[in-house]
Amino acid sequence: MIYLLIGGLLFLAIVTFVQIIRVSELLSKIRNKDVNEVTENDNNIQGKILLVVGFGFLVFVIWQIVAWKHLILPPASSLHGVEIDSLMNTTMMLILVVFFITSIILFFFGFKYRGIKGRKAFFYAHNNKLEIVWTIVPAIVLSGLIVSGLKVWDSTMNVTSENSQIIELHSRQFQWAARYAGEDNILGKHDFRLIDRATNPLSLDKGDKYTIDDKITNEVHLVVGKPVMLKFRSDDVIHSAYIPHFRVQMNCVPGVRTQFGFTPTKTTQEMREDPQIIRQMQELNDRIDAMSLIEKTVFLDENFAKTVDDLPLKFDYQLLCNKICGSAHYNMKMKFVVETQEEFDTWIAQQKEVGGLVLTKK
Amino acid sequence: MSDHHHKETFITKYIFSQDHKMIAKQFLLTGIFMALVGMLMSAMFRVQLANPGETSILYNLMPSNWMDPDTGALLQDKYLALVTMHGTILVFWVLTAGLSGTFANFLIPLQIGARDMASGFINMLSYWFFFAATVVLIYSIYVPSGPASAGWTIYPPLSAEASYIEGSGLGMTLWLVSITLFIVGSLLGGLNYIVTILNLRTKGMSMKRLPLTIWALFVTAILGVLSFPVLLSCGLLLVFDRSFGTSFYLSDLIIGGEAAHHIGGSPILFEHLFWFLGHPEVYIILLPALGMTSEVISVNTRKPIFGYQAMVLSLLAIGFLSFIVWGHHMFMTGMNPFLGSVFAFTTLLIAIPSAIKVFNYLTTLWRGNIRFTPAMLFAIAMVSTFITGGLTGLILGNAPLDINVHDTYFVVGHFHIVMGLSAIYGMLAGVYHWFPKMYGRMMNKNLGYLHFWGTFICAYGVFFPMHFLGLAGLPRRYYANPVDMGQITDINDIITFFALAGAVIQFIFVFNFFYSIFRGSPASKNPWKANTLEWTTPVERIHGNWPGDLPEVHRWAYDYSKPGAEEDYIPQNVPLKEGESEH
Ligand code: HEM
Ligand SMILES: [Cu+2]
Ligand SMILES: [Cu+2]
Repeated sequence: MIYLLIGGLLFLAIVTFVQIIRVSELLSKIRNKDVNEVTENDNNIQGKILLVVGFGFLVFVIWQIVAWKHLILPPASSLHGVEIDSLMNTTMMLILVVFFITSIILFFFGFKYRGIKGRKAFFYAHNNKLEIVWTIVPAIVLSGLIVSGLKVWDSTMNVTSENSQIIELHSRQFQWAARYAGEDNILGKHDFRLIDRATNPLSLDKGDKYTIDDKITNEVHLVVGKPVMLKFRSDDVIHSAYIPHFRVQMNCVPGVRTQFGFTPTKTTQEMREDPQIIRQMQELNDRIDAMSLIEKTVFLDENFAKTVDDLPLKFDYQLLCNKICGSAHYNMKMKFVVETQEEFDTWIAQQKEVGGLVLTKK
Repeated sequence: MSDHHHKETFITKYIFSQDHKMIAKQFLLTGIFMALVGMLMSAMFRVQLANPGETSILYNLMPSNWMDPDTGALLQDKYLALVTMHGTILVFWVLTAGLSGTFANFLIPLQIGARDMASGFINMLSYWFFFAATVVLIYSIYVPSGPASAGWTIYPPLSAEASYIEGSGLGMTLWLVSITLFIVGSLLGGLNYIVTILNLRTKGMSMKRLPLTIWALFVTAILGVLSFPVLLSCGLLLVFDRSFGTSFYLSDLIIGGEAAHHIGGSPILFEHLFWFLGHPEVYIILLPALGMTSEVISVNTRKPIFGYQAMVLSLLAIGFLSFIVWGHHMFMTGMNPFLGSVFAFTTLLIAIPSAIKVFNYLTTLWRGNIRFTPAMLFAIAMVSTFITGGLTGLILGNAPLDINVHDTYFVVGHFHIVMGLSAIYGMLAGVYHWFPKMYGRMMNKNLGYLHFWGTFICAYGVFFPMHFLGLAGLPRRYYANPVDMGQITDINDIITFFALAGAVIQFIFVFNFFYSIFRGSPASKNPWKANTLEWTTPVERIHGNWPGDLPEVHRWAYDYSKPGAEEDYIPQNVPLKEGESEH
C-alpha cells in the first residue's frame, strides 16, 4: 500500500515537472525566445531571492545562537579548560564577525550587481596592493591565534604526574573500568597476556608489589582542586575518553600509552546548582514527565539503570566514548563524580583492593 | 585527422569508448548514481537518529537481516555500516571519481585545445577500473555479514578483526579490494591528466593562459598521484595484518577473551599513513570545485576573475600545504604534543591562501553584470559554504580547541559544509554550465532554479545546526543520542526534516538531467558567451573535437567586458588587436 502511495506521488511529481517544462516552452514560443535563455527579468528575480534567502540564512544563524545557546556545554569545570574556553570564545567571536561581514558582502553584491541589459561590467583584473593587504591581514590575525593556541596547548598537554592522583582508565568493547593506584600512588604492572576474563579482567600482574593496593572501580571519583593524571588502556579497538565538561579527550589505543592530566574545579554538587545545568536538566525532566508511566520505566531502566523513584534526574559528569568502536559505541559511558576530600575518602575506603572485584559484562 | 572517420560500433562508441567526452559522461553517470545511493543512506540514518529504535520503510531498501526481526529497527552495527558506506561513497566515488573523473576528462582536452587525452586507452582503463571498484563496493553491501563498518577511515584494530564488528570480515575484505581497484583507476586517470596538460596544449596556450579550471584539475591530479599510492600501501599492510598474521598496526589485543599473538604494532602508524592520503584527499575533492567556480563566476559576472595570478599561486600553495597538515586529524591520538604544535601551525597557514581566494571571488562579483544561470547560483553558494565551513576550520585546526570538539558533530558540520557542500555545489555548477557542451541541449532553467533554492536552504538547515550538537558535546558515529542530552532532540528533528526534504529535492535535478538529455531545447555553440576553447567546438561533439585545425590561442581566458571591445567577451582564439595589451 505504502509503495503504491509513493509510486503515485512520484508519478504525480514527474507529471508536474513535465507540465512546468511544457508551459514554459509554450510561453517562450509565444514570445519567440528560447526558454532557457536567462533574461533580465530572471536576473532581477534571482538577485532578489538571493538577497532574501541569503539574509534569511543569516537570521537563521542568529536564531540558532539565541535559541540553543543554553544547550551547549557550560563553562569548563577544570583549570586548563578555562584557558581553552577563553581562546574558544575569542576565536568564535572573530569567526562570527568575519562570517557575517563576508556573507553579507557576498549576498549583497549578488543582488546589487544583478545583470541589466546594456550595462557593461567593470574590467578589473588585479590590484596588487589590495591583494597584499588581504594576504597580510589574515596572516597577522592567524599568527595571533596560533601563538595563543600553542601556549594553551603546551600548558594543557605537558603536565607531569608529580603531585597528581594517578588513575588508570581501562577500555574494552563496550565498557570502562578505572583503577586507582592506591596508597603508594603507583599502578601495578599489567600484561595483556595475563588476561583471564573471570579472575583477572584487567590483565594485572598480581605478583607486582604495587598491584596489591590498587583498586578497581566502575565509576571515577575525583577530589575537587586536586590534580589527577588519567592513564589510558584498551584491550581491543581504539576508544576515546571524552569528558566534555572538563575539556578532556584522549584516545585509548591498544599497545600505546596515552595520558591526560587535569584539575577538576567544580564539584558535582556545584554543577547541579549552575543555572545553565538546571535549565538543561529541567528540559530533560520535562521531556520524561510527558511520557506514560510504562515509557518512563523502560526509558529510565534502559538508559540510566534507574527507576521512577529516582526522578527528577540529576546532573552527573559523564565520560563518553568518542572513537567508533563497534555496535554499542554510542552507549559506552562512565560516571564521574567530583567531591570534597572527605567525601572522597569515605568512598575510596569502601572500594575493595585488587582481587576483590571482578568486572562483569552488562 | 584521420581517426574521426573510422567506423564506430555501439560498443566502441558508448561502452568501451576511448573518447574523453564519452568517458567523462560515463564517470558522471556513475557518480550521479552513487550520489543517490549515498544520499539514500544518509536519509536512512537520519531517520534512525530522529526516531531511534523505530522502524521505517526506508530500511526495506537494505537486506532484511539489517533490521531487528521483532521491532524492525535498524541494528546498531548496521547503522555504522550505513555511515561507513555513505562516507566512502561520497568521498571517493562521488567527489573524487565522479567530480575529477567527469570534469578532468571533459574539460582538459577541450580547454587546452587537444584532440583527446594523451592516451585514450589508459583513459578508458581508468574508467573500467573505477567501474569494477563500484561493482565490488555495491556487492559488499549485500554479503550476509554486511559491508565494512569501521567508518570510512577504517582504523584498525576495529577494521582488522571480524569479532570486533561483523562488517570487518568479508565486507572489509571487499572494501579493500574495491578501494585498490579504485586507486589503480585514479592513478591511471591522474597520470593521463598531468601528461595531457603538460604536453598537449595547443599553440599559444602557455601555462600563464590556462583557464583556472585546468590549473585546479592539474594540481588535483598531482595531489592524487602523490597521495593515493600511500593509501594503497597503507591498505596493503592492513591486508597483511588481517590475513597473514603480521603486526604492523596491531598489538596487545584480546580477542574472544584470549590474548592474541600480535605485539609491537601501532594503530597510530595506520593513522599517519591514512591521513597522509586523507588530508590531500579533501583538497582533491575541493580544488576542482574551486576551479570550476572561478570559471563560472567569471563568465557570468562578465568580468575577468580578479587576481588570476594570486588564484593560481593560492591553488599551488594549498596543494603544497595539504601535504604537511595531516596530523591535525590526530591531535587526540596520543601523538607527541610537539608534533601537534607543528601540525596546528601548518594547518592555520592554509587559511591564508583560502582567504585570498574568498576575497578574490568577492571582488570579482563587485561591479559585475551578473547573469543568474543555475550554474552561477551554485557557484555563489559554493563561495558561501567555503566561507562558512572554512571559518570553523580555524577552531578544529588550533590543537587546544580541537580537544573538546574533535570527533563530535561539530566536525561533521564543518566538513560537510566546507568539503561536502562546496564540492557538490561546484560539481552541480559544472554540470549546469557544461551540460550544453556535453549533450548539445540545454537543461531547463526553471527546474534548475527550483533545485538550487531547495538545495541551498535544506543543506544549511541540515549542517549548520550540527555545530550546536557538537558544542553540546555530542560525539559522531552514534547510533542514538546519549539520553542525558535529551534536550537536543529538537535540533535532531530539525536536521532530519531538512535532510529528507533536501533528498527529495535532488530528484528535480535527476529528472531535469535525464529529460534534458533527450528533450531539452537545442543548445547553440556558445550559449553562455564564454571565452574558453571548448565553446569553439561544434555542437555535434565530434571525435577529435575540432573539425579542422586546432585553434590557436592568443590571450588569456578572462577578457570579459574589456574596454574597447564591442562584445563583452573575446574568445581565447581571437588574435590581439593592434595596440591591444594582454590583460
Ligand atoms: C545528503 C546530504 C547528507 C546528509 C544528510 C549527511 C549526513 C551525514 C551524517 C548524519 C553523518 C554521520 C555522522 C556520524 O554519525 O558520524 C554523515 C557522515 C559522513 N558524511 Fe554525510 N551527509 C550528506 C552528504 C554528504 C556529502 C555531500 C559528503 C561528501 C563529502 C558526505 C560525507 C560524509 C562523510 C565522509 C561522513 C563520515 C563517515 C564516517 O564517519 O565514516 N556526506 N553524513
Ligand atoms: Cu566507542
Ligand atoms: Cu585534514
